[in-house]
Amino acid sequence: MKSFTGKALRWEWRDGVIELVLDREPANEIGTDMLAELERFVAAFPALIPETAACIISSNRKHGFSAGADLRELYHRAAPLSEKERLAGVRSFIERVHDAFNAIDSAPFTTIAAVHGVCFGGGFELALTCDIIVADKMARFAFPELRLGLIPGFGGIPRLKRDLGNAFVRDLLLTGRSVNATRAQAVGLVAQLASEGEALRNTRATAAQILKFDCVTRAAAKKFIKPIPHEELRREIELFCELFTRPAVMAALKKFVESTNAMPYLP
Amino acid sequence: MRTLEQTTQEVLDLASQHFNVPAGSLAPEDDFFKKLGIDSLQTLEMLSRLENHFGIELPDYEVQGVSDFRTLASRIQSRL
Repeated sequence: MKSFTGKALRWEWRDGVIELVLDREPANEIGTDMLAELERFVAAFPALIPETAACIISSNRKHGFSAGADLRELYHRAAPLSEKERLAGVRSFIERVHDAFNAIDSAPFTTIAAVHGVCFGGGFELALTCDIIVADKMARFAFPELRLGLIPGFGGIPRLKRDLGNAFVRDLLLTGRSVNATRAQAVGLVAQLASEGEALRNTRATAAQILKFDCVTRAAAKKFIKPIPHEELRREIELFCELFTRPAVMAALKKFVESTNAMPYLP
Repeated sequence: MRTLEQTTQEVLDLASQHFNVPAGSLAPEDDFFKKLGIDSLQTLEMLSRLENHFGIELPDYEVQGVSDFRTLASRIQSRL
């Protein structure tokens, strides 16, 4: 299969480049539909890898790349369950996300995230699986999970630590503040800064450059420079699940879901 | 160095351009959520616009609870 169109995303292979477009109302929240389609995407890798040099992940939603995990779905699915069932459910979901994200992270082709607007929480974690982040100068990055009594659960901290200094990682994680693309580039999170509305164009130009290189060398270079932090990712799942069982988390999720605050996405 | 009045005027001009409302229709004391009818995602867009224009970082926690242009401008002023 060389293309797919689902409920939350679509992708198409063309001339050695896969373009994966996130496209779920309102802001590409990652819930069960998005995850199932990401799993379907990575399941296609064995067939795609031999003829793929690069993969672009972008968003078709106006407000940005992704606002993160679908907290409304998470709350509504978890609320009726017992504590034991809730923990089993969230662990299963998180482990499925890690499997899909690890597959993208370790793909032998070069992955590039074209980011505009909000790139928060789980959406930020998806962007961090990519080898290169190209960001529109209006893009913003944040890990707002602490306000829910949680840590990022989709592999964000180990992947951010892999790339950046701990001081900036702690600032993002422990304050939950969002940073703009200029700052993100200054600290080395964003590889290329694009003018407004030009991230995808610039990303395609980057993919075209990558197409010129030998596939074995390209894959070897990536594997050498970008190890998967498996041990830390495993510990992150355990810590996330441990925190998730606390009543404060369900209370915070309930507050978010029921909020009429005009600023629920602000950390 | 800009004065607070100059900063406030630039904030008003940027908001009117970004949200496509007539120049001069916004006042420093206006509640921008009510006046512009914007949500949190649009607020973040505005935050990026302001940071890029003034060349500053304005952490989200500095603007939590701020809803009028004058106070927003004073937060920006403190980081210029």
